[in-house]
Amino acid sequence: MGISNIIFAVIFIAAVVFFAKNVGKIRRNILLGRDEDRSDNPGERWKTMARVALGQSKMTVRPIAGIMHIFVYVGFVIINIEVLEIIIDGIFGTHRIFSSALGDFYYFLINFFEILALLVVLGVVVFLLRRLVMRIQRFYKPEMKGWPTTDALNILWIELVLMAAFLTMNAADSVLLQASADQLASLGLEKYTSDLQGGFVASQFLTGMLPQDLTTLAAIERTAWWLHIVGILAFLNYLPYSKHFHIILAFPNTYYSDLEEQGKFTNDDKVKKEVELMMDPNADPFAAPAPEEGAEEPGTFGAKDVQDLTWKNLMDAYSCTECGRCTSECPANQTGKLLSPRKIMMDTRDRLVEVGKGIDKNGKDHKDGKALLNDYITPEELWACTTCNACVEACPVNINPLSIIMEMRRYLIMEESAAPSELAGMFTNVENNGAPWQFAQADRLKWAEETD
Amino acid sequence: MSEAMKVPTMAEMNAKGETPEVLFWVGCAGSFDDRAKKITKAIVKILNKAGVKFAVLGTEESCTGDPAKRAGNEFIFQMQAMANIQVLNGYEVKKIVTGCPHCFNTMKNEYPDLGGSYDVVHHTQFINSLIKDGRLQLEGGGTFKGKRITFHDPCYLGRANGVFEAPRGLIEKLDVELSEMKRCKERGMCCGAGGAQMFKEAEKGNKEVNIERTEQALETEPDVIATGCPFCNTMMTDGVKNKEREDNVQVYDVAELIATAEDL
Ligand code: SF4
Ligand code: SF4
Repeated sequence: MGISNIIFAVIFIAAVVFFAKNVGKIRRNILLGRDEDRSDNPGERWKTMARVALGQSKMTVRPIAGIMHIFVYVGFVIINIEVLEIIIDGIFGTHRIFSSALGDFYYFLINFFEILALLVVLGVVVFLLRRLVMRIQRFYKPEMKGWPTTDALNILWIELVLMAAFLTMNAADSVLLQASADQLASLGLEKYTSDLQGGFVASQFLTGMLPQDLTTLAAIERTAWWLHIVGILAFLNYLPYSKHFHIILAFPNTYYSDLEEQGKFTNDDKVKKEVELMMDPNADPFAAPAPEEGAEEPGTFGAKDVQDLTWKNLMDAYSCTECGRCTSECPANQTGKLLSPRKIMMDTRDRLVEVGKGIDKNGKDHKDGKALLNDYITPEELWACTTCNACVEACPVNINPLSIIMEMRRYLIMEESAAPSELAGMFTNVENNGAPWQFAQADRLKWAEETD
Repeated sequence: MSEAMKVPTMAEMNAKGETPEVLFWVGCAGSFDDRAKKITKAIVKILNKAGVKFAVLGTEESCTGDPAKRAGNEFIFQMQAMANIQVLNGYEVKKIVTGCPHCFNTMKNEYPDLGGSYDVVHHTQFINSLIKDGRLQLEGGGTFKGKRITFHDPCYLGRANGVFEAPRGLIEKLDVELSEMKRCKERGMCCGAGGAQMFKEAEKGNKEVNIERTEQALETEPDVIATGCPFCNTMMTDGVKNKEREDNVQVYDVAELIATAEDL
């Protein structure tokens, strides 16, 4: 083990530790949300995850982006198998440790990885064109200004650099691997000795562009190797700060999908208790409710801040890819209203990150006087929603922006009585006449008598 | 339509010691809105034609609470729901057919947790089952034969509950050309009425949702825009008027198409 192996081991361990620490923070933040039981029906949940996250079934509703995304996703996942070899080589100073054990199959694998790498490059280039040249509208909505756009482009450039490093590494290495053992030994490059015949399927086209001198090639190979692996470790640590975290959370998030019909909204349990008491003919309307043993505060109705949402709402926020498919299907957004379901998700995450930082700095019960409602999301946005579920249907990772909108509407109505005046009138009508308009319940069957 | 309809109520049937096969839940729009009342009557005619023994709650029916719930007023919703459930359970109702996807969704999905479990179907599903069971025969499209019809999926029937084929199946029985909008079925677009928007002004924007949706419908060059919801009906009718196309594009509920085609 040489000095470079020690350096590698240190970088590697530091990267993993730092990543784990950030994931731990995200987990803690998600668990700030209210409880909600999503442990039922594991069979259906695994299936949903397999279909939506692994199988990308909702991505391909839009075929071009969907297929390109599958290239990038499959490519990345599979090429990362090679990272295992790189890590072992890095720590123990070996070179392509799997090649002797796997023999011909190893070269088949590398060729396969290279084809995938080309597909990743294709996908990334198409994505860059869509964002920078075609300027697809949903990438230029107001909530995408600044960091979200930078973030999206960072991811694409990093992926290009990583693939370039991977292919360059293979291109230089293939020349070295084909050199005779004597020649390599005379240059002190014994570790490249192998019986490889011919270059790799994609990187062979890069070989011609590289110098032919073996010592220089070895230097290029090492540089590309380090760039590739340090790049991957850096990218790993970029994830928790980025929308790219979806590559991890897409799996649990689809596992914990809402399995009910989209039309089924939750019935607030706190309300249920109170209404049941009101409707109970045996209850004395003037009696103060008996204080139950260890009864908790009733808590707020609906949601004002992230802690009032469920942990699933918060996991949704961290899973959002900011793709904007929800917003592009949203009838309110399409007709120029302020509401954008993607912004609802981004705001929820931003606020949650802010709350998390507050806790890190000032302890668990820290209050910063801000809230998701008003400081991030305005009532105007919330009231524009038609509860149509188009956003829920469109989301490739089964996020439910509507559920957050509904919780915040509940807060506005039940805690602040802040209904738009026409809605307040509608409530009165429903309460008094049993219809949203001012018609008497006694007239409900009049239609049968009317002739026209 | 010249004479008043005979519509039995639950109370009447109960007094006679009879039980209907199905309760027809009319809904607020179906009871009070002039346009929607026509849909209600079309449904009644179809039920009668098929010899279905049905009843309505009449003056005992009350809002399901849906508009209050979608607006965030969970209190009023649950009070309405529990009051309705008391009535429904009192009559030991088992099966409900609704004239409105909002009533349908709320009673089907949200009432069970509050103590009201029924077999709830939308009228297009029910009519379909009548045909399947051989209780209702359709003679072909009548006046609609050969016409071009597009179907606007009500959000709370389609996406929210996965009912896409029932209304389409009925339309196809009319010997018409069913032409789909680009956004249909799972990807259908809201008419703009849902989420209690029906009862308020829209937020500031650059267009009304119903105009956008009507334009999408008109792109298919339809003779008829069909739908299955009284609120969608209002929205699309207003949209067609706004586009000054009411002379050659009609908006009908699927039940009205059937009733008219059958000359009921
Ligand atoms: S449910 Fe609301 S936010 Fe989602 S697409 Fe429909 S209108 Fe937009
Ligand atoms: S909520 Fe879903 S559809 Fe919307 S931007 Fe996020 S990932 Fe995309």
